[in-house]
Amino acid sequence: MSSTTSAAPRTFFGKDAIAFIVLAALILVVFPVALDIFRLNLVGKYLTYAFVAVGLVLCWGFGGILSLGQGIFFGLGGYCMAMFLKLEASSPENTAIQSTPGIPDFMDWNQVTELPWWWVPFNSFPLALIAILLVPTAFAYVIGAAMFKRRVGGVYFAIITQAVAAILTILIVGQQGYTGGINGMTDLRTLLGWDIRTDSAKLILYFVNAVLLLGVILIALFVKSSKFGRLLIAMRDKEDRVRFSGYDVANFKIFVFCLAAAFSAIGGAMFALQVGFMSPSFVGIVPSIEMVIFCAVGGRLSIFGAVYGALLVNYAKTTFSESFPELWLFAMGGLFIAVVMAFPNGLAGIWKSHVEPLLPRLMKRLRPPAIVSAPTKAPAE
Amino acid sequence: MTDAPANGPYTLNRRKLLAAMATIPALGMLGGSRAFAQDTSTAAVNTTGLAVTDTDVTVGILHSVTGTMAISETGSVQAEILAIEQINAAGGVLGRQIKYIQEDGASDWPTFAEKAKKLLVQDKVASVMGCWTSASRKAVLPVFEQYNGMLYYPTFYEGLEESPNVIYTGQEATQQILAGIDWVVDTKGAKSFYLLGSDYIWPRTSNKIARKHIEMKGLKVVGEEYYPLEHTQFNSVINKIKLTKPDVIYAIVVGGSNVAFYKQLKAAGIDLTKEAPLLLTISVTEDEILGIGGENMVGAYAAMKYFQSIENDNNKAFVDAFKARWGDGIVIGDVTQAAYLGPWLWKAAVEKAGSFDVDKVREASPGIELATAPEGYVKVHDNHHLWSKLRIGHARLDGQYDVVYETADLMEPDPFPEGYQ
Amino acid sequence: MIGDYTYDQFFSILAMQGFAGLVLFSVFVLMALGLAIIFGQMGVINMAHGEFMILGAYVTWGTGLFVTNFAPALFPIYFFVAMALAFCASFTLGVFVEWAMIRHLYKRPLDTLLATWGLSLILQQTYRSVFGAREVGVTLPDWMMGSLPLTDIIEVPINGLFVMALTTLIAIAVALLMYKSRWGKQVRAVTQNRIMAGAVGINTKMVDRMTFGLGCGIAGVAGSAFTMIGSTGPTAGQLYIVDTFLVVVFGGAGSLIGTIASAFAISQAQSTMEFFLSGSMAKVLTLLTVVGILMLRPQGLFTLKIRR
Repeated sequence: MSSTTSAAPRTFFGKDAIAFIVLAALILVVFPVALDIFRLNLVGKYLTYAFVAVGLVLCWGFGGILSLGQGIFFGLGGYCMAMFLKLEASSPENTAIQSTPGIPDFMDWNQVTELPWWWVPFNSFPLALIAILLVPTAFAYVIGAAMFKRRVGGVYFAIITQAVAAILTILIVGQQGYTGGINGMTDLRTLLGWDIRTDSAKLILYFVNAVLLLGVILIALFVKSSKFGRLLIAMRDKEDRVRFSGYDVANFKIFVFCLAAAFSAIGGAMFALQVGFMSPSFVGIVPSIEMVIFCAVGGRLSIFGAVYGALLVNYAKTTFSESFPELWLFAMGGLFIAVVMAFPNGLAGIWKSHVEPLLPRLMKRLRPPAIVSAPTKAPAE
Repeated sequence: MTDAPANGPYTLNRRKLLAAMATIPALGMLGGSRAFAQDTSTAAVNTTGLAVTDTDVTVGILHSVTGTMAISETGSVQAEILAIEQINAAGGVLGRQIKYIQEDGASDWPTFAEKAKKLLVQDKVASVMGCWTSASRKAVLPVFEQYNGMLYYPTFYEGLEESPNVIYTGQEATQQILAGIDWVVDTKGAKSFYLLGSDYIWPRTSNKIARKHIEMKGLKVVGEEYYPLEHTQFNSVINKIKLTKPDVIYAIVVGGSNVAFYKQLKAAGIDLTKEAPLLLTISVTEDEILGIGGENMVGAYAAMKYFQSIENDNNKAFVDAFKARWGDGIVIGDVTQAAYLGPWLWKAAVEKAGSFDVDKVREASPGIELATAPEGYVKVHDNHHLWSKLRIGHARLDGQYDVVYETADLMEPDPFPEGYQ
Repeated sequence: MIGDYTYDQFFSILAMQGFAGLVLFSVFVLMALGLAIIFGQMGVINMAHGEFMILGAYVTWGTGLFVTNFAPALFPIYFFVAMALAFCASFTLGVFVEWAMIRHLYKRPLDTLLATWGLSLILQQTYRSVFGAREVGVTLPDWMMGSLPLTDIIEVPINGLFVMALTTLIAIAVALLMYKSRWGKQVRAVTQNRIMAGAVGINTKMVDRMTFGLGCGIAGVAGSAFTMIGSTGPTAGQLYIVDTFLVVVFGGAGSLIGTIASAFAISQAQSTMEFFLSGSMAKVLTLLTVVGILMLRPQGLFTLKIRR
C-alpha cells in the first residue's frame, strides 16, 4: 500500500482529483437532493466526524501516530464554538429571570455571579473563531512536543492521549459552574442573531460544513502529495533512517498531530453549530476510540476512505440502533475486530484491490455517474 | 433543497386524505351517534399531522438500553410498556390502540437528542416517554421545544426547569429534600450533616438546597464532598465522616459508585442500623439495592415518593401486574413507578382535551388527577410537575423499604424555590 | 492542635489514611498486574482487561448463588472456590482470545489495541444479554464484611486486609513464577529477544499464549476480589480501565517492580489529596501529576532494556 502511495504521486493525484469530484458531487448534490432535512442534518453531523477521520489518516495512517484522544480536540473546538453561542443565547433579556442576568444559565445555578475572565473573549465572534483553531492546536502542540521530543510513540502515546482525554472529561464535569458540567452547553440558539435551529439554517450550515470538509480534504491531499507527506510515510516505516538522514522527526510528528487536532476542532465547532449543543461526552475515551474506527473502516491510508468510513459507520449506528439496539454493540465490536484482522486497509483497501481493477472495463460500458452511487448506499426514505 | 420542506405538508395531506377515506365507511357502520357525542374522527383529534390513524396512535419510548445507564433505565422502559399494554387492554386512548416505537439513547446525550428528533420529525409520535438523567433531558429539551413534542420525564431531578413541553412525573428537588430533612431533624434530633454526592448537577443542586434548609434551621453542615461519576474508592471520605462525626450522612451517590460506597461504608465499621451516624439518601431506590446488596444497605433511610412496599390497593395491583409481566424476581423503584404514570397521565390529558394535538394536551394537562396511581392520588400542577407526598423508607435486609413516615398532605412542586437559589 | 484537629485525631487521620492508601495500592496492583504482564510480554495494552475482570466478578456471583442454593454449609468459604473458578474462566477465555485473535496481530500492536477494544464491546453486550442490564449483588460471607476496631476512631476493614493479603500473595506468586521457574525464564527470554529465544528452542507461541492467559486469569481474580468493594454490572469493567492503564504506563513497560512502584505512588498521592481536597479535584490532580511526570519521563519509572 504505502509503496504505491509514495511511488507515484503524479498518477495518484489524477485519481485523487476524480475521487474528490465524486465526493464533492455526493455531499454537495446527491445528499441534499435525495434526503429530507432531518436526514441531511444527520449526514451533516456524521460529516463533522469525517474531519476527525481525515486528521487521523494523516497522523495515524501516514504518520503512524495513533491518538486515542482526538475527542479532546473535537471537544475543545466544539466547546469554543458553544461558549460563543451560549453567551449569545444568554443575553440579559433572555436570562432576566436569573439572579444574575446576562451569564449562562448553568453559571447562575452554580452561584457564579460574574462571567469568568476566560469566558470574556468569547463575546466576540472573530476571537471565538480564532480560539476554535488556536486552543486545540496549542493543546496538541504541548502534548506533541512533550511526547515526540522524547521519542515516545506507539502504544505509549495512545494510552497517554487517552489519559488526557479522561482527565479533561473529569475536569469539565467537575467544574460545572464554568463549563456546564455533564449536561454540557445546551440550548444554543442563534449565531450573530441568525436562528440556527430553523430548517433553512440547517441547510446552509450543512453546505458550510461540506465546503469546509472539502477544504480540509484539499489541505490533506496537498500534505500527502508534498515532500512532507512522503517524509511522513518514510518516518512511519523506518523512523531511524529518516532521523539519520538529518530530519528532525519530532517536529514533523508535532506538525501532523497539530494539523489533525485543528481538523478535529473545526469538526467539533461545526458539530456544535449543527446539533445545537456540546457535551463532555465527546471528549472522553469512548468517542475518541470510535473516531479511530471511522478512520479504520474507511481505510487508514485513504483520505477519502476516512470520509466514507465516518458516513458509513454512523449511518450503520443510527439504523442499527433504531432497529436492534441490543445488537448494536455486537455489530460495532465485530466491526472493530473484522476491520483490524481482515481488512487492515478498510473500505479503501477493498476498493483498491477488488473494485478498481474492474473499473476500466466498466468505464467502457458506463458513464461515471453510475459509479458515483456505488460506494455510498444512499439512505432510503 | 426546495422539495424537502415540501415533504412535510405532502405527508400531512396524504395522511388526512387516507384518514378521511378510512373514516367514511367507519362512520357508515357505526351510525352517526358516536360522532355526535364526541368527534373522534382522526381528522378531528389530530390536526397537526401526528402518527394517529383510526385504529391506533404511536408514541415513543426513549431510554438507554445499552451503556452505563441501562442499569437504571431498564425499569422505566418496563413500566412504560406495562402501562401502555394496560391502557390498550382497557380500550386504548380515544378508541385507539397505542403503538410504541422504542429508541435507544445508549447512555449518550447527543444520541438522545438525535433520537428525540427522529421520533418527533420522522415518526411524528404523539408523545414521548423517556429520558432518565438530567443531561439527557437537557439534551432533548430544545428538540422538544422546537418541534413541539411532549415528553413525560420520570426521574426525580434538580428542578430549575419548567418547560411547556415536558411533564415531570418525578419529584423536583424541594419535594424530595425539604420534608426529608425536616423529618430527620424532628424525629431523630439530627444536628449535623455530612453532604456527599456524585459530581454532577443533580447532587450539587440538591445539596445546595439541603444546605440552605439545614442552615436556615440553625443546624450545621460539617462536610460537603463530590466524587466523579463511577468513582469506586470512598475510603478517604469515609475517614472524614468518621472524624467529623455527623448525625446524618446525606448521600446522593449514583450509579456504580453507589455499590462501592455502601460496601466500603459497611466494611469500615459504620453500621447503618445503629443510626450513628444515620444515613439518609435520595438516590437509592429498590433497583439500586439489587446491585448494592440488602445486607450493605440495611438500616439506611431513603426519602422518595414511592416504595414498592406502600400499602394500598392501587399499588398492590400495580406490583402484581408488574411481576406478572416482567418476572417475579423484579423490584420496583421510585422512578419505575413515576415512569408508569407517564402513559396514564398522557391518556387522561388526551381524553380531557379530546385531541392528540400537543398544544391541546398541554392545555389540558394542568389539573389532571390520577386516583389510580400506585403512589396514591397525584395531580398535575400548573408548572407541569406533580403534587405528591414524600415518604421515608427504612431499608430492610431483603432489599425492600419499610415506609416509616409519609407527609400528611401532597407537597406542592416548586422548581424555582425562592430563597434556595 | 494541628489545624482543626487535636493530636489524637491527627494521628488517627494519618493511620486511617495510610491504611486507605495501602488498600488503594493493593487494588491498583491487583488491577494492573495482569495488564502489566501482557504489556511487558507483547507490548500490547489489552483494552478488554476490565471485561476480563468483570467475567471474574460474574463467576463469583454465580458461584455464590450456586453455593447458597445447593451447599449452604460451604458458604463461609465459597469465596476461595469462586476466585479459583474466576481464574480458570478468565484464563480459558484469554487463551482462546489469544488463539483466535491476538496471535495474528503481534506485528501490529496498535491494531491489537483496537481489536481488543472491539472485544470489550462484544463482551459487555454479552454480559448484558446473559445477566441483564442491572447490576447483580454479590453476597459475601459475614466474616468478610466487618471491621476490626483498634481505637474508637480507627477501624480496620476486613475486606481491605483481605485485598491486601491477596495482592501480596499473587504478587509473590507471579514473581516466583517469572523469576524462579523454568517457564518464567522462557517468558523473559522471549520478551528480551524473541527471535533468539525461538532459535534456542523455546516455543514462543505457547509462551505468548500462556502469558496472555495468565494475565487475563489474574484480571479474573482481581474482578472476583473487587466484588467486595465495587459493583458488578455489564459496564463496570470500564470503571477501572483508565487507572489501570496509567499505573502500567507510569510504571514502565515490562517491569513488575515498576508497576508496583507506580501503583504505590499513584495510590498514596490520590488518597492523601482526597483527604485534603474534594474528591473530583484530587482525581484530576493525581492524573495530571502522572501525565506531567510521564511527559518528563515518558518511558515510565522503570524500564527494561529490550532489543527490538
